[in-house]
Amino acid sequence: MIKDPQALIVDKKNWKDYYLFSLESPGIASQALPGQFIMVRISAQPQPLLRRPFSIHSKEKKNIEIFFQITGLGTSLLSQKRIGESLDILGPLGKGFVTGESFQDKVIVAVGGGRGIAPLYFLSQELCSSGASVKIFYGGKSHKDLPLKEKFEKDGIELFCSTDDGSFGYKGFVSDFFKAELEKLNPSCVFACGPEEMMKKIAQITQEKNIPAEFSLESVMGCGFGACWGCVKKIKKNFKEEWTKICEEGPVFSREEIIWTEEEK
Amino acid sequence: MTDLSVDLGFIKLKNPVLAASGTFGYGLEFSPFIDLNKLGGFVVKGLYFSPRPGNLPPRLVETPGGLINAIGLPGVGVERFSEEILPELRKYNTAIIVNVCGESNEEYASVVERLNKEEGISAYELNISCPNVKKDGLCPALSPKDTFSVVSLVKKSSSRPVITKLSPNVTDIVEIALSAQEAGTDALSLVNTFLAMAVDIETKKPILANTFGGLSGPAIKPLVLRMVYQVVSHVKIPVIGIGGISSGKDALEYLITGAKAVEVGTANFIDPETTVKIIEELKTYCQKKGIDKIETIIGTLKV
Repeated sequence: MIKDPQALIVDKKNWKDYYLFSLESPGIASQALPGQFIMVRISAQPQPLLRRPFSIHSKEKKNIEIFFQITGLGTSLLSQKRIGESLDILGPLGKGFVTGESFQDKVIVAVGGGRGIAPLYFLSQELCSSGASVKIFYGGKSHKDLPLKEKFEKDGIELFCSTDDGSFGYKGFVSDFFKAELEKLNPSCVFACGPEEMMKKIAQITQEKNIPAEFSLESVMGCGFGACWGCVKKIKKNFKEEWTKICEEGPVFSREEIIWTEEEK
Repeated sequence: MTDLSVDLGFIKLKNPVLAASGTFGYGLEFSPFIDLNKLGGFVVKGLYFSPRPGNLPPRLVETPGGLINAIGLPGVGVERFSEEILPELRKYNTAIIVNVCGESNEEYASVVERLNKEEGISAYELNISCPNVKKDGLCPALSPKDTFSVVSLVKKSSSRPVITKLSPNVTDIVEIALSAQEAGTDALSLVNTFLAMAVDIETKKPILANTFGGLSGPAIKPLVLRMVYQVVSHVKIPVIGIGGISSGKDALEYLITGAKAVEVGTANFIDPETTVKIIEELKTYCQKKGIDKIETIIGTLKV
């Protein structure tokens, strides 16, 4: 866990309201693991007040990347930062996905919905280098919501795209596409990040097939390092259900640990 | 060499900068970022007798210049704190203040009685002002009578100095401050968070699961400065200022107004180095102004 007050923005890409920033931060890059996140201070002014959490999208040598969509004031101001400006960041924070040698020669599926694709690129980098065969399901509302398609393709990762409106790939939810292809792919493990409803469905499907699965949860965070107790979700640990800090114990949890929130009637 | 130490009468702090309860975890969360030994002290997260889960999420919402929280005082309870956390905190050379909570006056007293047996605590901060644990933000600090009864009971039980943390959600904070003073509190800390809420216009629901929460951050500083000013001119005991402090300048405003020390809260989330930076900024200010002892600027407000 490092505070880097001057992570230089060395590259920036943009597709409509999606942004990809590359930040030079050697200390954080050297420690970063897939599934971990950083907290970014958007402004030195009192608004936005708190830092914002972003999954680490990739790391390469001394750089890390973050991928985000404009969803509010914080991300909107962040999107206006330019190459050559620097950001005050904390990281790497939290616990990431389980990766490693045990996945060698295994088929691994990762499912990303919308901006939830963010941590899955770093994950696939790591899994590929440990010899796994990685398949990515990438779902969005429409064709324009799949901006990272080419990036995955360039790396030679097999992609399964879906759009809710059918403007590209499978027409429908990514979870339905995943269900339809599951038997054929027969993965050893599934990772997912995206809207809660999507992750719930992936949890259900993988449970029925008895495939291990991990999920990266999202929450509003006050600090990102365990001090505020603001980001809690209900997690099962040692047979007990507890409000657990996502920033410290997560953001990645296994299916068995997560107590999904009930759908509101 | 500037002397940053301040004497609260019952305790001498190496500098007037403390970290506020609820924003500093149990202290150890900040050790990767700062040298805790540099602080005047820190107030650990509120402790009830037993472990508590806290409120349902969402627990946080940001507003312009502010943060509304309804965390609801989750915690490990006094036993685990004493056995597992306090031994780690004792290694630091700084004032450790324990924020004490209770659902009843008796619970406050029993937390204090348990902690009396432990070494390495400088004082207790009595949290009679959390707006997030009872319906409608009810807490003892809203009434002079309730304040008096809990403070006097805890003072009887305590072997250590007691700081009483007041609520801003009252018509006349001076009245409550005088009540706590009469009950024997050794100092006052002003203030806990302001009862607040935020609304989601899409769902037409309150954003916080608890409906209400407590507002903190830069937005509240002018309100609290006014309260500190009112209280210091009526009480004889030391006052600690808390509210929207994120720079040396903010801290100085409180000291000049008459606070003997300050607690830094929400700013710890934004920059975990804030407390240490403030101490540096206070030093720089004193050197620039030729001030040898920071104590000499306390209460120098010209009105």
